[in-house]
Amino acid sequence: MLREKALKAVYPRLKDQVVVTIMGAVAVELYNLGHQPNFFYLEHGMGLASSMGLGLAVSLPNEKVTVLDGDGSVLMNLGSLSTLARYRPPNLTHWIFDNESLLSVGGFPTATGSGTDLAGIAEKAGAEHVVLADTIEAVEEAFAEASERNGLSIIVSKVEAVGPASFAMDISLLENRFEFARHLQGLANG
Amino acid sequence: MPVSVKNSEVLYAALKSAGISLISALPETWLVHLMRMADDDPEMTLIRLNKEEEGVGISVGAHFAGRKSAMMMQNHGLLTSINGIVSVAQLYRVPLLMFISYRGEMGERDPWQTEGGRVTEPVLQALGIAYHNLSDPATVAHEIEQAQTLAQSSLRPVALLLTRDLMWEE
Repeated sequence: MLREKALKAVYPRLKDQVVVTIMGAVAVELYNLGHQPNFFYLEHGMGLASSMGLGLAVSLPNEKVTVLDGDGSVLMNLGSLSTLARYRPPNLTHWIFDNESLLSVGGFPTATGSGTDLAGIAEKAGAEHVVLADTIEAVEEAFAEASERNGLSIIVSKVEAVGPASFAMDISLLENRFEFARHLQGLANG
Repeated sequence: MPVSVKNSEVLYAALKSAGISLISALPETWLVHLMRMADDDPEMTLIRLNKEEEGVGISVGAHFAGRKSAMMMQNHGLLTSINGIVSVAQLYRVPLLMFISYRGEMGERDPWQTEGGRVTEPVLQALGIAYHNLSDPATVAHEIEQAQTLAQSSLRPVALLLTRDLMWEE
């Protein structure tokens, strides 16, 4: 499955949620589907997207928060899966795209390619709802369920190690940051 | 336990007055009373971390949502959080308020704390982080209020070092 197609399939739901992506291909692919003021692209700080999602979810209990993460980033902050499972914010979806590689920095293989099972780690960390979704149909079903259920959802999708033709995004990092914060504060006050 | 309950209460009241409603923390001896107070306070969200750097992400998320938060950790936790501080909090101009127990400074008896104590202030200086040592309970409330004001106006991390004189009684 191509990550780009998976994102496109759920974009109608995603565009109404508070979304944090990691840097690189995921950010560009979501941006290319149509930027929204409720989308934040974490362009550095590898591993911290899931922690940001937790801070957002506990601070915006009336919003659905989705983190679009990757195997390399999750492996860099594995403890976060345990923290998410411990506090299990009911409005958080943590969706991990596993392409078994550090695609955006040259495609070096990660440990998921030699057996590390992120869904298994999430389950054993205590997450109650962990779903594998490796086809477009499965992704649509898993994301619809995650968006509607009241509970922490973790989705793991194996995807091809293919990224966008260009990594260019016509939005500056700080522009994205201030637009996102202003939008969220409107939600919090509204 | 010779960690000062009285001064921990002063600190906790001051951080509440500074508008903080979310604390992410990794337990450490000097912070034991502060963490208990946060845990017992229905107005406070306490997130216990596995590793301190997670707290940077949590505080950044909280800030974007308009909520004032703080990290509470030992100075060795600061050392382990540096990439998050630089690559998220500083890069994205986030007013990250950090309460850091200043282990390994003058009076330290534990040999294993001493290297961290030696490098804490030079590291904060190298990162360009404004910091202040808290040592007198009489002035703590004012100093925390000022640190919060600077963090919010500069949109940058600010560190408050909790010294032995403030935290320890013997």
